[in-house]
Parts: sequence; structure tokens; C-alpha cells
Amino acid sequence: MKQFLIFVKKEWLHIWRDKRTLFILIWMPVIQILLYGFALTNEVKNSRIVIFDQAKDEASRSISNEISASRYFSLYKTVNSYDEIEATFRQGKIRLAVVFPRGFRNDLLHTNHAQVQLIADSSDPNTASMLSNYAAAIINDYQQSLNDNQQLPYTIKIQVRMLYNPELKGAYNFVPGVMALVLMLVCTMMTAIAIVKEKEIGTMEVILVSPLKPFRIIIAKTVPYLMVSMLNIISIMLISVFALDVPITGSVWLLMAESILFTITSLSVGILISNTAKTQQTAMFTAMMSLFLPTLLFSGFLFPVENMPIPLQVISNVVPSRWYFIIVKAVMIKGLGFAAIWKETLILVGMTATLLGISIYKFKIRL
Amino acid sequence: MKAIVVEDIVKKYRVGKAEVSALEGISFSVDHGEIFGIIGPDGAGKTSLFRILTTVLLADSGFASVDGFDVVKDYKKIRNQVGYMPGRFSLYPDLTVQENLEFFAAIFNTTIKENYDLVKEIYSQIEPFKNRRAGQLSGGMKQKLALSCALIHKPSVLFLDEPTTGVDAVSRKEFWEMLHRLKVQGITILVSTAYMDEATLCDRVGLIQKGVLLSVNTPKRVISEFKDALWAIRAKEMYPLMEAIKADPSVLSCYPFGQYHHVTFHNKAESKAQLERIIKNGNYTDVEIFPIQANIEDCFMALMKE
Repeated sequence: MKQFLIFVKKEWLHIWRDKRTLFILIWMPVIQILLYGFALTNEVKNSRIVIFDQAKDEASRSISNEISASRYFSLYKTVNSYDEIEATFRQGKIRLAVVFPRGFRNDLLHTNHAQVQLIADSSDPNTASMLSNYAAAIINDYQQSLNDNQQLPYTIKIQVRMLYNPELKGAYNFVPGVMALVLMLVCTMMTAIAIVKEKEIGTMEVILVSPLKPFRIIIAKTVPYLMVSMLNIISIMLISVFALDVPITGSVWLLMAESILFTITSLSVGILISNTAKTQQTAMFTAMMSLFLPTLLFSGFLFPVENMPIPLQVISNVVPSRWYFIIVKAVMIKGLGFAAIWKETLILVGMTATLLGISIYKFKIRL
Repeated sequence: MKAIVVEDIVKKYRVGKAEVSALEGISFSVDHGEIFGIIGPDGAGKTSLFRILTTVLLADSGFASVDGFDVVKDYKKIRNQVGYMPGRFSLYPDLTVQENLEFFAAIFNTTIKENYDLVKEIYSQIEPFKNRRAGQLSGGMKQKLALSCALIHKPSVLFLDEPTTGVDAVSRKEFWEMLHRLKVQGITILVSTAYMDEATLCDRVGLIQKGVLLSVNTPKRVISEFKDALWAIRAKEMYPLMEAIKADPSVLSCYPFGQYHHVTFHNKAESKAQLERIIKNGNYTDVEIFPIQANIEDCFMALMKE
């Protein structure tokens, strides 16, 4: 036990004495989560539009006002011709144009039929359809307000309730994803160089010729980094709640415990890489390549796993962050308890055990 | 039972497609409490031999044992009781002197206090710097710390791979004095060096070259086995002098050695007159020629030439 503790202490001193690395380890996740938290979003906010109002009557104006006031749109300018609309689209200044024909209100009141044209830049199809839907919804609202005091035959009123995230905030989906991404990257990087570094500076040769057992070396190398990771978990959770406005609906302790588990899984991935890599550079590179993209692609927060081809879905099962993402969403956003996530937890535990097992088994007892 | 037994150890490395032989069937044995020196130039295979004996490298063929334990089968037992100081500095540069020593004591399940007597003489010299990081020590102090770390668990056999390389002459002398004191404590020491003058400080030496062990003997016997007559010669013009001597067909060898050149002839009967004949054509000033007793380096030079 004493042997183990002194090894942990030694590892801790390595971390503590290397202030620059420690600084990076503590601040990198903070910066990453802020960066990704604000940048990685598919929400539509303040998209610029133009309005070509040929009617200039009360109806067209109040619809224009509604649209401009909505948080989805901001009025870039009003234009006076189709040519101008096209020119603005070409400059890439706007995403949507709203066109009211001449005599809009007149048509509406007297012929009961009026037309509004929405022109969208569908080089980005998702955004284009989202924007036109939002605009259509605003126009529909106006139409309903006109009909309020009239009895219409056969109307179906659709009632939509957005569960867990009534405001449809993108952050609710991205924060769990970013948490998975950042923890995975930082923790894996930390341990990826841990063993290979000793090989490089030659100390491995000396500690091999000692009674130290491989599993002690491996566990002892993980423990100090776990402490740094705890700090990272706390800072990430604080930023999520206070900077990104995503509250922790469920139990903070459960979220903490699950995060620690995921951290250990990530540290084990790093240890495994470190065990097999020949130089520190290879280890870092392997960690980057083998984790960043899979985490981004297969954890399900950018692209839903269910929509992927079956082979990719199968691959996504071995990506630890996929399961952590599910857990965080369940606990943080939906406020569910352990009963809802025991299966994912078990998978993470199994992965950790397997990774550590392979690391200990593959630990080279000779040079 | 011998402390170290090496029988026909072969080790080859693969460099690209070519196979490089590091050890070509080496055999020797070391008694308990003996200081055994492995002397040889860089690349002779010394480090490979040390790694095989300390169980961190597997030999291609052959048998070796340390304290009666097979280096392959009983590697764990060997690792528990030997001390190993690799050729390159292998301590943690970011830990202090004391932290390094504490660490190595603890991983062998002992404490500095318990075996302080053993390392006292060495460690007391670096103790004033015990709070200094190991990476900031001078070459000699690094080696003293490394030796302390290798000794702190009272090993039965100590493996020192080129412990004096890059260490100044005074520290080298001190280092060897320490080894002799350790020997008194009953510790077997296998030490390698590229400095031939250190050979006389060992109980027995093995000369290794290109993976082959040339001779194993006590330093005295090595010297007494030197049969050639040896001449020392000097002049102000040392370099042209050597060129001239080497060019003569009657000369077997000529090495620069301190202020003199050491010369041997094919024919042992040749004498000072022969040397005088060689140099009489050149313009040499302050010429001095006399017969000299061979030292261990002359012997090794002769052995390596064979």
C-alpha cells in the first residue's frame, strides 16, 4: 500500500511541478466548453431578411412588424424590387425574403385569398426550411387573429408541447455533447503520455527492475489525473449552469458520479494508448485522431445515431461518449434518476474494466 | 553457487532488414562479493548484456542466472533483490534528490532510514542538495544519487552500466572507492566501463569487443600475460613520429599513450636500436626512448588487435 501511495505521490508531483501543463489541463476544458457551447449550435437566431412590401397597407405592415420583432429574424433592409432581392441574396447578406404583392389587404378582405411569397436561400436546406416554417407560423398567427371573432367550419387546432426544453434551446442538446467531448479529450490526453513518457526518459527501465506490479503502476498513474479531472467536471458543470443557461434538473450528485465514471473510462483509454505507443508524439496523435472525430460523429449530439447506416450504428456502440451523452441528457435535462440510466452506466463500467484489463495484460514487463 | 552465471548468451537486433549481432555467445561467471568489470568500447554489447541480466531484455539463446535465479523464468525474484543503474541517467529530473531516494526506497518496500548506513557515505555528499531537483545536479552528483537509489534496498547484486561515463576524474576515483566499500559489505558488483584504466580497480575483468568476450582474468594476470617487449618513445614532433613508426614493416603496433607512443615489434628481439634506426631519417628533437612495463591498457590494445 505504501508502495502504491508513494507512486501516486510521485505522479502528483510530476503534474504539480509542470505548471504549464497543469494550467493547460485546467483551463483547456473551460475554454473548450465556452467555445463549443457558443459556437456549436444549429439554432436559428437573428437571421437577416429583407422585406419587399408592394402593398404597404395595414396588414402587410403588421405582419412585417411581427416578423422583424421575432427573435429568429432581424430585418436587414426593405427593398423595392425583385432585382434588389436577388442582388442581396447573391451578396450572401440574407437568408430569407418576404414579398407582399400589391393590394395585399384588399385581396385578403375582399376575395378571402391573399398571397405572401417567401424566398429562402436553400443552399443550407435545414436552415431554409426552418426559417420558412418560422415565417409561415407568424403569418398564420396573424391570420388566426383575424378569424378570432368568426366561426370557421372544421378546424383542427394543433397543440404542441415541447417536453424538457420548451424554448427549444440548442444548448440543451449541445452542452451534454460538449461535456462528453471535452472530458474525453482532456482525460485521454492526460494519461496518453503518462507511461510512454517514462519509457522516453528511461525511468521505465529502472522501475521495471523493482517489485512494482504492472497493475499498481497503471492504477497509480490514473489516480492523480482523476483528481485533476474532478476539477474539470466541476468547472464544466458550473459553466453549463451559469454561462450556457442549462440547469441541472436531476441530481447533481448522480451527474457528478456518472461524470467521474466516464472520466475513469477516458483515463483508461489514455492508459491503453500510452501502453502501446512508442513516443509521446505518437501517443498524443493517436489520442487526438482516435477520439475527437468518433466522439463528434458517434456520440449522437451532432447527428442522431438512429439515422446512421447500420454498420456505423454498430461502431457507435463502442464509443464511450455515446453512453455518457445519453446519461447526461437523462440526468441533466430530463431530470431522471439512476433507474433510467443503469444500463448505460453498466456499459461504461464494463468498458472501463475491459480497457484497464487490456492495459494491465499488455503492459510490457520488458523493454 | 555463483552470484552471476552467463552461458553462451546470444542477442541480435534487427536494424531494418539487416541483423546486427550485439552479443555472440558470451559466457562467464561472477563470484559472490566480487567486483567484476566488463571493459569494452562503445557498441561492444555491454548494455545489452546488462539488460539481459537485469531481466528487462530477453536473450535470443543461452542461459543466465543471477543469485541462482533464471533471468527468464524467475525474473520477478531477481527484480526484487538486485540493484540496477542504467547507463543513461534514469531518475526523475523533476523530483528532488530526497524525493527520488524516497521513491526508490518505497517501491522496494523499505525506507531511507532502514538502510541509511549502506548509502550514508555516498548520500551524505549530496545531502546538502537534497531539496534540489535531480535534473539540476552536476554529472557526478547525478551518478552518486543514481547509485544511492540503486543501493537503498540493500541489493544482493549491483549492476552498474557505465557509472563513470561523463564524470570528472576526481569523482571517478571517489566512485570506485565507494564500490570497494560496498564490496566489503558483501555486495556483488558487475560494472561496465569504457575507461580501460578502471580495469585495475576490479577483482576480475572481462574484455568485450563486438559482442565477443576476449579474455576474463584478474587485472594482474592480464598484465603478466603480456609477452611482447614494449617501448616508449617521445619527441617534440609527436604526430610525424607516429606516422613514421607505423609505416615501418617491423612494427606491430604503435599507440599514443599520454606523453609517449607505445611501440611493439613483430620480432620480440628487436630493441631500442631498431627504433633509433626508424627515426634517424626524420628531424626529431628531444627524442627519448626507453623500455616500459606494460599496463592494462597496452594489454587490452594488444588483445583487441588479435
